[in-house]
Amino acid sequence: MPTATTTSRFTGVDFYAFDTLLSEEERAIRDTVRSWVDDNLMPIIGDCYVEGRFPKELIPQMAELGFFGANLPEEYGCAGLNNVAYGLIMQELERGDSGVRSFASVQGALVMYPIYAFGSEEQKRRWLPRLASGQEIGCFGLTEPDYGSNPAGMITTARETPDGWVLNGTKMWITNGSQASVAVVWAKTGDIDDVRSIRGFIVPTDSKGFSARDQKGKLSLRASDTSELHLDDVPLPKDALLPKSGGIKSPLSCLTQARYGISWGAIGAAMACYDEAVRYARTRIMFGKPIGQTQIQQVRLADMLTEITKAQFLTLQLGRLKDAGTMNPQQVSLAKRNNVDMATECARESRRLLGANGILAEYHSMRHMANLESVYTYEGTHDMHSLILGQDITGLSAF
Amino acid sequence: MKIAVCLKRVPDTEMRFTIAPDGKSIDPAGLKYEISTFDEYAVEVALRLNEQQGPGEVTVMGAGPDGLAELLRKALSLGADRAVHLTAADVPFDGMAVAQALASELEGQPYDVILFGRNATDTGSGSVGAMAAELLGLPCVTAVMHLEVRDGRGTAQRTLEGATETITFSLPAVLTIDEGIARPRIPSLKGIMAAKKKPMETRPAQFGPVRLTVERLEMPPDRAAGRILGTGPDAVPELVRVLRDEAKVL
Amino acid sequence: MADILVLAETRGGLARKAAFETVTAARAVADSTGGGEVHALVVGGPGVAQVAETLGRFGADVVLALEHEALAHGNPEVTAATMAQRLRGGAYRLALFSASAQGRDLAPRVAGALGVSLAADVVSFEITGDAVLARHPVFIGKAIATLRLEGSPAVVSLRAGAVTPAEKPRPARVESVTAALDPGAARLVVTAVEARGAAKLDLADAPVIVSGGRGLKAAENFKLVEELAAAFGNAAVGATRAVTDDGWRDPADQIGQTGRVVSPGLYVAVGISGAIQHLAGMRASKVIVAINRDKDAPIFKVADYGIVGDLFEVVPRLTEEIRKLRAEH
Repeated sequence: MPTATTTSRFTGVDFYAFDTLLSEEERAIRDTVRSWVDDNLMPIIGDCYVEGRFPKELIPQMAELGFFGANLPEEYGCAGLNNVAYGLIMQELERGDSGVRSFASVQGALVMYPIYAFGSEEQKRRWLPRLASGQEIGCFGLTEPDYGSNPAGMITTARETPDGWVLNGTKMWITNGSQASVAVVWAKTGDIDDVRSIRGFIVPTDSKGFSARDQKGKLSLRASDTSELHLDDVPLPKDALLPKSGGIKSPLSCLTQARYGISWGAIGAAMACYDEAVRYARTRIMFGKPIGQTQIQQVRLADMLTEITKAQFLTLQLGRLKDAGTMNPQQVSLAKRNNVDMATECARESRRLLGANGILAEYHSMRHMANLESVYTYEGTHDMHSLILGQDITGLSAF
Repeated sequence: MKIAVCLKRVPDTEMRFTIAPDGKSIDPAGLKYEISTFDEYAVEVALRLNEQQGPGEVTVMGAGPDGLAELLRKALSLGADRAVHLTAADVPFDGMAVAQALASELEGQPYDVILFGRNATDTGSGSVGAMAAELLGLPCVTAVMHLEVRDGRGTAQRTLEGATETITFSLPAVLTIDEGIARPRIPSLKGIMAAKKKPMETRPAQFGPVRLTVERLEMPPDRAAGRILGTGPDAVPELVRVLRDEAKVL
Repeated sequence: MADILVLAETRGGLARKAAFETVTAARAVADSTGGGEVHALVVGGPGVAQVAETLGRFGADVVLALEHEALAHGNPEVTAATMAQRLRGGAYRLALFSASAQGRDLAPRVAGALGVSLAADVVSFEITGDAVLARHPVFIGKAIATLRLEGSPAVVSLRAGAVTPAEKPRPARVESVTAALDPGAARLVVTAVEARGAAKLDLADAPVIVSGGRGLKAAENFKLVEELAAAFGNAAVGATRAVTDDGWRDPADQIGQTGRVVSPGLYVAVGISGAIQHLAGMRASKVIVAINRDKDAPIFKVADYGIVGDLFEVVPRLTEEIRKLRAEH
C-alpha cells in the first residue's frame, strides 16, 4: 500500500492490514511509544550515538509513561499490559535505537522480571515499583569474560556466611552496568562445576567491593552503556538471595523474556531502515529520475517489505502464544534468529540504497546496521539459536 | 471544577485524499482519523485546570460515527473521566446544526467551563463553540491563548492582529482554545489501560435544522510550476529582476 | 435589491483594512442584486463615528455608530447583541464580518443569537435566488468548498485579504445607535488591548511577508529575516511552527494550519522546508519565493521562484539588493 501521507512522522509498515489484528489498546499503546520516540528520541539519537552517550535524561519520561516492566502486574506499579503490547513497545523503541530498547529490555525483562518471578513478596514490593518509576536502574549480571554462549560455566561464586553471602567474580558486556543502582547477579553457591547451584542475588551497586567500569571503543550500541562488573568480596545480607531461583534455567528464563522483546525490536529497526529507504528512493533524483524508479532499488525495497511483513505475522502469533501461556523458548529462538537476521539485511540494503548519504549519522540506517551486529550476537547469538532449534528438531544436541 | 470538552473527529490532515464521486465530500477510502488539533489543546487545558485547581471531573463529548468512540477513549486515556458519544453516521457541515446537538447535551448540566477548539481542521469555520454558548446563554471567549481561572472568574488573552487582548469573565463560561496555550500530553500506558474502564454513554445526536450545505468540493488549481533561478548569492540579482519586471511585486 | 449590514472593524478609533475589505465586498454584492444599501456598524469609544467618511469612500451608505466610553476596547457581547438586534428587524438580507480575529469571534455569536447558520471564512460570496453561495477553503486549504447558505439574514465572514478594497464613494450618513446591552451588564470585560512588539505591520495587512524556519539554526539568526523585512519597508515577519514551538518566535507569528493564514503579494520563505502544515498558511500568497539549501525541499514545489543555496549568504545579498533598489526610487 503506498504511503498516502505527507508527514515526516513515522507511520509504520503495514502491507497486510496487520493493524486489524491488534486491539484498540494495543494500537494505542504502540502509537503512544511511536509518538514519544518521534518527539523525544529521534531529534537527539544521531548525536548520542556519535558521542557514545546513552540519553539518560529520557529515563524519567519513559518511566512516567510506563515503559519499564510494562507486562508486569499493576499491583507492583507496572502497566499490566499483555505481551503483544509489550512487544509493540520494544518494536517502537528499537525503531528509534537498539541501545535505547536494550535499556528497556534490561530494566524490564532482565531485572524486574527475575525479581518478580524468583523474589519474595517483600523483595517484589521493595524493588519493583522503584524500578518501574526509574528511581532505581538495574542491570543483569550473567555473562562473564570467558562465559558468554556458555553461561552455565560461570565462575562467579557466592559463599554463604553466618550473616549472609559474599560474592566474587567478574561480569562483562553488562548493559546499564555503570548507571545501575542495583544489579541482579548470578553466581554459583556450590562447587564450580555444580550448575544447579546457580542462584540469583539482588546486589545494590553501592555495596562494598562492587565496581563497574564502562567498556570503551565500541563501534555498535554506542548510545548504550556497556560495562564490566567487578565483585571483590561483596558482602550481602541473607535477603539478597532470590529465593525461588535455582539452576541455569532461572537466568535462561529471563533471557527468554528479553529475547521475546528483541524479536519485536528487530522488526522496529527493520521498519526504520525500510521507511528511510522508501522516502529517499522517492525523492533522490539521479539521471533525471528518482532512484526509486530503477529496477535495482525496487528489488531491494520489495525484499525488505517482504521480510518485514513475514516477521510481523510470525511475531504477532508468538505474542498471542505467550499470552495464552503456551509459548516455549524454542519458538522464541526461531523468532529472534529470523527477525534479527532479516533486520541486519534490511539495514545494510537500506544503507546501500542511501548511497554516500548513507554513511552520515543524520541518516539512520548505518547506525541501525552497526547496532544490529550486537543484537545478532547478544541474547544468544544467531548460531546458538540455530543449535537450539536443531536440537528441538532432531532431538540431538550439537552444542 | 466540572469541565466539558467537545471534540470533533476529522481526517488526518497530513494525508492525501481525493474528491468522492458525489463531488461534495472527500473519499473516505484509506483515510485515517484523529481528534481535531485545537480540540486536543482543549483537552490538555481541561486536564491542567483540574491539576491546578484541585480534583474535579473532565467530560469529553462529541457527535460522530462509530470511529469517534476510539478518539473519545483516547481522551479518556489522557486523563478525562467520562465520555459521551452522540452517534451520527454523518456530521453536518453546518456548525449551527451541530451546536444545537451539543447544546442540548450540555443544557442544564453544572459545568464550570465548557471548552472547544478554536476551529476544526477539516471545515475550518470556527463557529460551533460560540454558537453553542449563545444557545446555552453563557459568556464566551474565543481563541484563548492564555488562561487563568481563580475563584469563579477567568482572565483570558487572545491574539489580535498585531496586539494581544485581555478579557475577564465570570464562570460558568464557554471558551474556544487557540494555538500556544498547551501542547497535548502523550497518553501513558496505564492511562490507555484505564480508559477502557471509564464510563462512556452513547446516544443519538440530535442535530438542528441544516441550512448550510456543501454544493461542490474541488481541489484548487495547482499553482503554475515555479523555477529555480540559480544557486547561491549570485542568483540574487536575477531574483530581484524577475520580482520587479515579471511578477511586479517590487 | 439586497441590503447588507457590515460590521466595520475599528481599533483605537481608526478603521482597519478589514473594514474596507468588507465594505468593498458588500458594495459589490449589493450592486449585483440591483443596488441595495450597505450599512456599516462601528463600535468604539466616543469619536469612532469619524471613520464614516473613509467607509463612505468604499461604498457605505449608512454608518451606524455605537459610541460609548466603556467600548474603547470594544466588547464582543455588546457588539454581538447590538448587531443581532439590528438584524432581527428583518431589514437586511445579509450580515457581513471580516474573518479577522474579531470577526471570527463575532460572526458565530450573531448567527447563534439569531438561530441562523454561518458561512465563515469565505473568499467570495454571491446572492443567487433565495440562497447565498460562497467559496471556502477547507482541509487546511487542500480543497475549496462551494457552500450554499439558506435563511435570512445570511451571516457571512470574509477571509482577510480575499477582497482588495476598491473605492466606490457614497455619501455615508451617520446614525447614532445605542447598545442592545448595557456594557456595565456584560459578563465579559475587555480590560486591555496591547500592541505586540514594535512591529507596526501585521501579517494580515502586510503586502510582503518574510518568514523564517528551522534552516536559520538559532533564534538569534532571525535578525537576517528581520533585516530583509526592514529592507522591503512594507514587510512583516512570520515564522513556522517548528521555530515557534522551540520558543524562537512568538506563537502569534506562526503561519500555518494552526496559526495565521496569510495571502500577501509576496511571501519570502527563508530556511523553510515546506511542510504541509506550513503551506496551508501561505499557499494563497500571490508570489512565493523560497531560499533553501536543499533543492529537493517541498517548498520549491509551491514557490514561483527559488534560490538554492546557503541562506546565510543569500539573504544578506538579497537584503543589500533590495535596499539598493529602494534607494533608487
